[in-house]
Amino acid sequence: MNPVVERVARWREEDKRCALATVVKVERSGPLGPGTSMAVSEDGEVVGSVSGGCVEPAVYEEAMDAIRTGEPRLLTYGISDEEAFGVGLTCGGVIHIFVERVDW
Amino acid sequence: MGELLSRWRQALEREEPVAVATVVDGPGRGGKLLVTPEEHIGTAGNPDLDRAVVEAARGLLEGGRTEMVHLGPRGQRRMDEVSIFIQSFAPPPRMYVFGAIDFASAVARIGKFLGYRVTVCDARPVFATRERFPTADEVVVAWPDEFIKSAPVDRRTVICVLTHDPKFDVPVLKEALKTEAGYIGAMGSRRTHEKRTARLKEEGVTDEELSRISSPIGLDIGARTPEETAVAIAAEIIALKTGHPGGRLAERQGPIHARPAEEARR
Repeated sequence: MNPVVERVARWREEDKRCALATVVKVERSGPLGPGTSMAVSEDGEVVGSVSGGCVEPAVYEEAMDAIRTGEPRLLTYGISDEEAFGVGLTCGGVIHIFVERVDW
Repeated sequence: MGELLSRWRQALEREEPVAVATVVDGPGRGGKLLVTPEEHIGTAGNPDLDRAVVEAARGLLEGGRTEMVHLGPRGQRRMDEVSIFIQSFAPPPRMYVFGAIDFASAVARIGKFLGYRVTVCDARPVFATRERFPTADEVVVAWPDEFIKSAPVDRRTVICVLTHDPKFDVPVLKEALKTEAGYIGAMGSRRTHEKRTARLKEEGVTDEELSRISSPIGLDIGARTPEETAVAIAAEIIALKTGHPGGRLAERQGPIHARPAEEARR
């Protein structure tokens, strides 16, 4: 059983709104392969992950926004600029993450 | 809960093959289709696109593959305005462990840890017991060669022959070679390996077939205990699947996850 899908299903049973973030493409080196996912509920619970912890905080914010607006989005995270505290991957890869509110 | 999510959860619970297709870019972004070999639920935007997506999803599902597919807004193949991410959820791959010895217990545990559905099989009822293999999904008392003849095997299946007795090894390995199993490993010392190889050849097994058998089983990491040996076997299974050499990353150049597209197919 996929823990992310299971948790999302339970949130929906409780009528909680939530968003699903899925890695849909990995270029060069990436920590987790396509299909890896993370979900966020409207009250801020998180299950799963989409990287080695590098981009989760940013994805969390995007997921929260998707829950509010219902607007799906395709995000791209690349090499991090550590000086600027930018969000990115330290491994040198590029990952594309799709974030959607669970309305289905 | 929507029908699509409810069906998705049910398929995963029952370990039935299911693919989920999502329009991630282009017109109709956010459209979603759940596809099984028999049915589909939801829509990618319009019936023409749905037809193309269902066909693509069933193809990917067969091989347990996850991929990004590009199509036209009406499902046209030579166009690419719509990007659809299709994720396959295949049932867990199978691991068959033959020979209910201490090493088998460790191999069964690490197999479970890696996500395999693990079956331990031995002809001796005293050894093939639930108590000895609490983590295995199935413990079967049967002649290994008889068992493998009727067991479901596909390209993701892993077969570990740990009996290291030619009397048992040779018949089960001969049967294992008739399957499309992705990994066939056989335990034993160099001496056992040589005797077994000779016996297999006598029985008509070709050199090409022999090259499919990882024997002696495992990566060369100096493993001695059952647990260490299980790690060596597990590492070899992963390395053969990904096509990586199995050496030290510290001694290799280039990206660590060199083939992410391939890895996603697990």
